[in-house]
Order: sequence, then C-alpha cells, then structure tokens
Amino acid sequence: MGIVSSGFFGRGRRDDPALPPGQHLTDGFPVLSAGPTPRITPEEWEFTITTETGQVHRWSWTEFLALQQDDVSRDIHCVTSWSKLGTSWRGVSLDTLFESVESDCEFTMAHSYGGYTTNVPLDDLLDGKAWIAHEFDGEALEPAHGGPARLLVPHLYFWKSAKWVRGLEMLRQDEPGFWESNGYHMYGDPWREERYW
Amino acid sequence: MTDNLDDLDYLDGNAAAGPLSEFFAIDVVSARGRCASCGRIDALATARLYPNSHGLLLRCPGCAEILMRLVDTGDSVCLDLHGLSFIELRRG
Ligand SMILES: [Zn+2]
Repeated sequence: MGIVSSGFFGRGRRDDPALPPGQHLTDGFPVLSAGPTPRITPEEWEFTITTETGQVHRWSWTEFLALQQDDVSRDIHCVTSWSKLGTSWRGVSLDTLFESVESDCEFTMAHSYGGYTTNVPLDDLLDGKAWIAHEFDGEALEPAHGGPARLLVPHLYFWKSAKWVRGLEMLRQDEPGFWESNGYHMYGDPWREERYW
Repeated sequence: MTDNLDDLDYLDGNAAAGPLSEFFAIDVVSARGRCASCGRIDALATARLYPNSHGLLLRCPGCAEILMRLVDTGDSVCLDLHGLSFIELRRG
C-alpha cells in the first residue's frame, strides 16, 4: 500500500515532515461509516466518566458547554492512510473533565452512542493531549463526523477519536475495543505505523 | 441506539460476495444466517454492508447489529462471525 499510494498521491512524506510514514494529505474530510449514524439531541446527550468503584461522573449538554472551552488546531491521521493538517476544533479538555475524578486505573475504554468502543491509555488523554470536541472549523460538529461531540486524540490514529462519544470507563487492564478486537493495534501511534497487531 | 435505520450510506449484502469468496467455497451471501442479536433469519444478501470503513461490516436489516466483520490487514484477513448464530446452506 505504501509504495503505490506515495507515488500515486505525489505529496509523500519526503516533502512534508508533518506526515507520518505511509500517509498522504487530503483536503477533504472522508467519512468512514461503520453503521447507521446516531442522531442524538442535546437534551438526551450526556457524557460520563465511570470509575473502578462504580462512581459515575455525569455532565449534561448544558453543564458540558459551561466548562472551560479550548480552541485547538491539530494534525489528524487516519489509519486508512489519509492525513489532514491543522484541523480546527473547539471542545473541553479531558484534563478539565478529570479534575473531579479519582481513579487508580491506567486504562480507559471510550463508549459511543451506537455501540462503538475504543481503548485509550489514561496518559494519552491527559496533559493537553485530548478533548471532547463539539465544533469543527467553527461549526457545530455534524452527526456524520461524530456530533454532537466526539473524542479527539489527535496524536493517535483517528479511529481512537471515537465519534458520538458518550463516556469513558476506567479500566485496571487494557482491553481491546471495537476495531482493536479484530486486528487493529491496541495503541495506534501513526509515527510508528501501529496500524495492525 | 442502533435502531436508526434511516441512513442510506450502506450497500446491499451482495457487495460482500467478493471479499468473502476468500473464505467460502460457495457464494455465501446466498446462504441464510441467523442474527445472534434479534434472531432474524434471512439471506446474507439482504444484510446491510457499510463501505469505506476500517473493515467490512455486515449489519442485520432488522436490528442493525453486526452480523460479520472482515478486517484485511494486508498480511492477514480476519472474519469475525460472532454476530451470526448459524449459517444455513440449501443443497440443490
Ligand atoms: Zn438482528
């Protein structure tokens, strides 16, 4: 795949140091559909963090929007080999959401409306590395791209940035999520090309 | 949550015939399968195939749960069948 795509798309890694190995630039924003798009209204939306003791931290849409909002610009890298540089998002840092959470767990499972799951280590969600994003390019995030809100973990392959996210579950041990249980990498670092097991 | 069947961004199950031919000696989309989630029994050709995904997903036309997942990593191809409780072939 690498040989064909870097030649075909022309703008390979050699002329752009922001591109991880095996990636090419896209100007569009491809939608990777794995099922029916959930349509979640703000009234029914909520975000939860559930700890190992069963304690549930819960935010309604209104409470979520009242938290400190960050505007971030990040490069994103999809495992299917497209990358998009300097994408603009607005959302709430996971640092903000975890301020009130007490947990000894090092791993998390993100759960989405529609049933999707993906595993992310807690360290990869903290220290300004991840957000619950609800705007893209200054507009409310469209359902096709994960709206009302999606996880944004831009330093990992984009399947980790769960669309339609509804909560994080704290895990004592790492467990595979939806794609990870069928061959996708447990961690997914684009700079190490961690695409598959 | 997965009961929204209004989306049109899927293909019919016949489009899975090519990728699945690597696993099955027969044309498996003409076989009938039972959804492990809702119990519906129907030809796999009636299932909904979601394209452009990280893998090929066949979903039940009744309840939208996943019947099959096929992930092709280049070096290997993995078929996850846990959403189907059986596949039935008719002889002749
Ligand atoms: Zn079903």
